[in-house]
Amino acid sequence: MRFADLLRFALQVLGGYRSRTALILLAMGIGVAAVVAVSAIGEGARLYVVNQFGSLGTNLIIVLPGRSETAGAMPGVLIGKTPRDLTIDDALALKRSNAILRFAPLIIGAGDVRVGNRSRETPVLGTTAEFIQVRQMDMAQGLFLPPGDPHHSQPVCVIGAKVASELFGPKPVLGEWLRIGDRRFRIIGVLARQGASLGFNTDEIVVVPLASAQALFNTEALFRIFVEAKSREQIPLAKADIEEIIRLRHEGERDITAITQDAVLATFDRILRALTLAVGGIAAISLGVAGILVMNVMLIAVTQRRREIGLLKALGATGQQIRAAFFTEAIMLALGGATLGLAVGKLGQLAIGQAFPDIPFTAPWWAVIAAPLTAIVTSVLFTVVPARRAAQLDPIQALSKR
Amino acid sequence: MIRLTGIERIFRVGDEEVHALRGVSLDIEQGEYLSIMGPSGSGKSTLLNILGLLDRPNTGRYELNGHDVTGLPDDELARVRREAIGFVFQFFHLVPRLTAEQNIELPMVLAGIDPAERRKRLDTLLAAYGLEARAGHRPDQLSGGQCQRVAIARAMSMGPTLILADEPTGNLDRHTGQEVMAVLEQVHHDGGTVAVVTHDPETGARAHRRIRLVDGEITGDESA
Repeated sequence: MRFADLLRFALQVLGGYRSRTALILLAMGIGVAAVVAVSAIGEGARLYVVNQFGSLGTNLIIVLPGRSETAGAMPGVLIGKTPRDLTIDDALALKRSNAILRFAPLIIGAGDVRVGNRSRETPVLGTTAEFIQVRQMDMAQGLFLPPGDPHHSQPVCVIGAKVASELFGPKPVLGEWLRIGDRRFRIIGVLARQGASLGFNTDEIVVVPLASAQALFNTEALFRIFVEAKSREQIPLAKADIEEIIRLRHEGERDITAITQDAVLATFDRILRALTLAVGGIAAISLGVAGILVMNVMLIAVTQRRREIGLLKALGATGQQIRAAFFTEAIMLALGGATLGLAVGKLGQLAIGQAFPDIPFTAPWWAVIAAPLTAIVTSVLFTVVPARRAAQLDPIQALSKR
Repeated sequence: MIRLTGIERIFRVGDEEVHALRGVSLDIEQGEYLSIMGPSGSGKSTLLNILGLLDRPNTGRYELNGHDVTGLPDDELARVRREAIGFVFQFFHLVPRLTAEQNIELPMVLAGIDPAERRKRLDTLLAAYGLEARAGHRPDQLSGGQCQRVAIARAMSMGPTLILADEPTGNLDRHTGQEVMAVLEQVHHDGGTVAVVTHDPETGARAHRRIRLVDGEITGDESA
């Protein structure tokens, strides 16, 4: 039997039992579409998180007060003990490390920002001039905070693009004054639009000098210190230096946590990749179910088409030809279903992409390959039994029944 | 060209053994037109199945065109069936989703004959059996007589040495039945070997050689 004839024969069968064909295509299509769409969501979430961390800055180490790893220590000792605050002097001491390029201490609070009779509640950041380099942000207009001793401050501030437009509208803002709480600040710069980064929208912040923030929020304690290592290779060294310098200053207590961006990133990457695989795998179960459906339908087809199979054998079809006909049918169904599923999955991906434009939904390459492959393999696997049964059909019995 | 020697066919039904054929020996020459008759359960259909290589005898020897086909493996039997034997059934057994033309083409498709040659043979067959106008119709759009003509054309498509017809008129009215028999007789006139199984005496009497089967044994073999 020629290959073209085999294809034509299978097509005629598929066309002859339309509702059956449509049902299997639907089942296969849903399975493949589910795998593609679900893994696209997972991959999108992963890329989103990776990008968010990437936008924080490079070679970044984040120092926070308190020790997050308490496992193994005596709980009674740690509970109830407030960690020592991180102070400006702690931060300045980091200058001693050769692995550290620059750093920016950070205080965060919410402030009531007023201009004339307009007022707005925004996050207020207190930091130093290095912050803009550490976080790799750009200025739209003007300058960032001036360098100098972080213990002293000038009454200046830098505002996010959205804050500028909401408080001043289209009017120029450089040189204007605004009030945060009971203090006045002169605007010396506007941050470039950057959008959200780790849930923190830099378009909506006001940045003031560190000492001003300390006075505003009435606290000595730093929220974070952002540290930039000299190079990627120096990150572990910088981290060790930070821990050692602060330990010496804190009477030998290791009461800070230094998180490297790479470590966080790698962890998130691992978790989200595993999650994507897991949900993709769950979606793939639906393909297995579709395979069982194929087997059922094929078994029914063997019974339904007994006479036809008997006839084909009487006309000289070999067992192999009968099997080939069934497998061709199964593969065509799987291919059709997979094509349908990929198309639907892609459309679904575009649809959720429209709904959440911030998240880069893309089906990972392995899902796009694995889903159709699984569809084909399962349907071929589940056709083995029906095909064998058809090939072994006794033509006399098959033909004798009306 | 066909020689059956001492064919026995025993079916096992529960604990009982049923002798469907007992020591049947039969020679059929090229171009013969014979009928196989007998009451129900006499073994007519079993004999036809063995002649058509759909069934194997328990003992005995079957020679087709000088070759012993008794012990051939299944796939080889399928090939011989395809090349040398054409079946005509009582219930036509046309594939319902295929057109008349596609049904006639089926054995040639299974044999892997190239499309140009198939087209040529199809045109000849459609013309020979008066089916040109019906080529594109499906079986449910054809009358019983037309269906059986399609089935005969299909049986003839590979140019077989032997045409086996199992009650070819059993499902047709008298008039159509005679028409179909005329078609089969035309095949015989053109040099084909035709064996018809029937229990209709009138149909059986048309054959030139009449074989009578009772309880699995040949009890009569007369030539007109």
